[in-house]
Parts: sequence; C-alpha cells; structure tokens
Amino acid sequence: MSVWLSHHSYAFVLALKRLVRTPFASLLSIAVIGITLSLPAGVYMLLGNLQVFSGQVSGAPQLSLFLALDASRDEVAQIGSRLKQHPQVASFLFVPKDSALQQLKQSSGLADVVDSLAQNPLPDAFVTNARSTAPEALELLRAELQQWPKIEHIQLDSAWAKRLDALLSLGRMVVLMLAVLLSFALVAVTFNTIRLQILTRRDEIEVSKLIGATNGFIRRPFLYFGATQGMAGGVAAWLIIALGVHLIDGPLADLAQLYTFDFHLYYLSPEDSVSLLLFSTWLGWLGAWLSVASHLWQIEPK
Amino acid sequence: MINFSNVSKRYPNSYDALKNITFTIETGEMVFITGHSGAGKSTLLKLIAAIERPTSGSIIVNGQNVGALRGRTISFLRRNLGLVFQDQKILFDRSVFDNVLLPLQISGFDPKAATGRVRAALDKVGLLGKEKARPITLSGGEQQRLCIARAVVNRPSILIADEPTGNLDADYAHDIMDMFRSFHQVGVTVLIATHDAELLGGAQQRILTLDHGELTA
Repeated sequence: MSVWLSHHSYAFVLALKRLVRTPFASLLSIAVIGITLSLPAGVYMLLGNLQVFSGQVSGAPQLSLFLALDASRDEVAQIGSRLKQHPQVASFLFVPKDSALQQLKQSSGLADVVDSLAQNPLPDAFVTNARSTAPEALELLRAELQQWPKIEHIQLDSAWAKRLDALLSLGRMVVLMLAVLLSFALVAVTFNTIRLQILTRRDEIEVSKLIGATNGFIRRPFLYFGATQGMAGGVAAWLIIALGVHLIDGPLADLAQLYTFDFHLYYLSPEDSVSLLLFSTWLGWLGAWLSVASHLWQIEPK
Repeated sequence: MINFSNVSKRYPNSYDALKNITFTIETGEMVFITGHSGAGKSTLLKLIAAIERPTSGSIIVNGQNVGALRGRTISFLRRNLGLVFQDQKILFDRSVFDNVLLPLQISGFDPKAATGRVRAALDKVGLLGKEKARPITLSGGEQQRLCIARAVVNRPSILIADEPTGNLDADYAHDIMDMFRSFHQVGVTVLIATHDAELLGGAQQRILTLDHGELTA
C-alpha cells in the first residue's frame, strides 16, 4: 500500500514539476484546451438558458376554442359543461362574443370601425388551460376538441414553444457533434505533447527500464501529466464561460427589459461544471495513454 | 546463484556472439570475465540482466530462468542486480543525488529512508561532498563512482560491471577495483567484464576468458 502510494505521489509530483518547468508551453496547451472546450460547453449553456427562457415566457400553454358564429346559447352551454367534465382540462374561461367586442373596442382604438359594423363578427370563445403541458398531450387534446360540434377553430398558443423546442434539440445535436469533433482535436493535442516529452526523455526512460522500472512506473507520470493538463484546460474553459456570462448578462438583461422580460443568464450548474472537468481530465488522460502506448515500446534498452 | 548451461546467442543476421557457454557462479564469488573486444563479454552480462535473450540454453539467476521472464518480472529481477554500464548511462539533467535516488524511486522507497540510503551509497564511493553537483562537472573517475553508487544503492545481492575502468587511468582504475573488492568482502556476488589484463595481475579471483564467443578458461 505504501509502495503504491509512494509510486503514485512520485508520478503526480513529477507530472506537476514537468508542467511548471515549461510554464509558457504549458499555459499555451492549457489555453488551447480551454478555448476548444469552451466552445461546445458555452453553446450548451446558452441552449440551457434558452430553454429556461422559453419555459418562463410561455408559462402554461392555453387552448383558445373559437365557436361557430351560429352557435346557439344552448350549444355554448353544452360545450361549457363538457369542458368542465373533461379530465384533461384544468380550468377554462368563457369569453362571450359581446364582451370580446367590447374588449376589442377598448384596446385597439378601433371604436369607430367597430361601431360601424352591422353585426358582431367575433365568435364566442373558451380560453382553456390544460392539465398537462407536454406538447404531445396538448396536440391530442386539440385534435379531440376539434371534433366537437360547433367548434370552428382551436388556437394552440404553445405552437411557437414547440418550434423553439425543436430548434433546441437541433442545437443540442450540433453541440454534440461539435463536442465529439473537438474532443478528437484535444486528444491529438495531448498525444503530441506527450510524444515530445517521451522523445526528450528517451535516456531517462531507457535507464529507468535498465534499473528495474516497470512499464507502469514509466507510464504513470505521463498519464498524470495528461490528466492534469486536461483538468487545467477544463478549469480554463469554465473560466472562459463564466467570464462570457458575466460580460453578456448585463447587456442581455437590458435588451430583455426592452421586450418587458426579466431575464438573466444562468452559469453552468455544479453538475455540468463537474462533468466538464471530469470530461476534460479524461480526454487528457486518454491522449496521454494513447501516446504512451504507441511510443514507449520503441524505447527498449539495448 | 548464476548458472549458464549451454547458452548460445546469435544476433539477427549476424555472427554467434556466444557459443555453448556453461558455467556456475556461487553466491559471494567475485569473478572476472576477460577477452578481446568483441569476444562476447558484454553480451554475457546483458543476458544475465535480461537485456538480451539467449538463442538457446538456459540462464538461472537467483533461481529464476531469466530467458523465460516477461514484463514486470524482468523489472523485479533487475532490481536485485546492481548494474554498472559500459556507457555509464548517467542522466545529466539532474544532480548526482537524484541520479542515485532513481533506483529507490523505482522500487517505491519511502522518501526519507531513501535520502539516508543515497547518502550512504555516495559516502561509500567518496562522493558525499558532491551530491548537489551536476554530473557533467565530475571527472571521469567520479562519474564512474557515481555509476557504482547508483548500482549499489538498492543493496543488490549481485553486482555486475561492464568495463568499469574502461576510460580511466591506472590510479583511478585501481581505486575502482578496490571498491568492487570491498563490496565482495561484505558478501556481494561481483561480476566484472574487463579487457584490461593489468587489473587482473595479482588477483586471486576466478577468471572466465572468452574467445570469439567461446569459453576457454
């Protein structure tokens, strides 16, 4: 156990020393990793923000039921009672055509035009809140109600939220592809860094093997180096994103204010931050491992 | 302790470096291997440390069949051998102290105990005052002593040296030889390859002579 511990602490300290000994090169590598990772992670964070935003704005989606103009009072009352009994309907509000016309008169400034109309062109309407807000459930409910007699048209005002949702999943797919491609790039960065290190440490590796170092002993400092560099790159990516949020949030809130939204960007959640760090650490480790696996066997003492 | 039976070594598309070698070295013996350059001395030592593998025959070191070892077991075998290489293999990017420390780091020594061990080894070869020096600043004889300190710091039961006096003048060479004799006196099995007949004069130790890959005496 103590031998195991001393081997690992030795490898870790050695990796740190190597990182610190070439500060400029290390900082450059870490910056490259950070910038590369901040791209997909940043877009991912923005998508998350958009989703929260769309949830805030649309609230509970409503179904507006417009009845046929020739619907009688009895028929209207019947629809009302059917809605009351429907299990999917949470609540509803009846807007008679007269009060709709009044509302139009007051809010639109078209009083003269409305007054000149021979008859009320507006239908009776029910504004309905559904129990479930899932887009599929809403669509089902809409299709069902559409079948009822004297219902002329149903406006589902969550349609745009659905479009946004579709757009968001498209965005998420793009982020995923971006992340996969850039991960390859990062593995390549670490791979090359470690390759150079192995070549410059040829003598050390050869001597170590000659005096009884196992392959694990030789591999370990390089793996720690890759993982540490990857983790530092992850921290850099996190800082870049945090700085970006900090800089954008103010102007964005002002913009939202103009559209009467109260909107603030969210930072990466703790879970996402930890995932980011673990992922970048793993990428660094992987690059180092591949590099060590493909170069170390070339150095056999003769 | 070391047993060769019918060992031959042929390098790929080349000559037979060793032909049908058989000998046994007992624990605590001090043995010289001599012969002209190219006679196979280095090859013989490399076979013991599993740096090369025999083409045929078997080599037993500390009860292990060296030719059959793979991977980690080779590493563990080498930790029990003190090796002084012909080309020294000193690491010039670190201090004298760190050069000697390396074998202990490899075997996972506790750092505090390791420091004591390194100082003891440097003291034995007379380099204690130079532990912080860079190897490049040492004289040829001092560099050779550094190699010996690195070979013995693990307290191996077998010490193997390939031309340890190769580039040294006579005084230095005798110093180095005395050092090996002192290790022999405390019970270490010592195996030294040398072409320098001068060093053997007056030595009552056993001598193995190689001639074109064959053992002649």
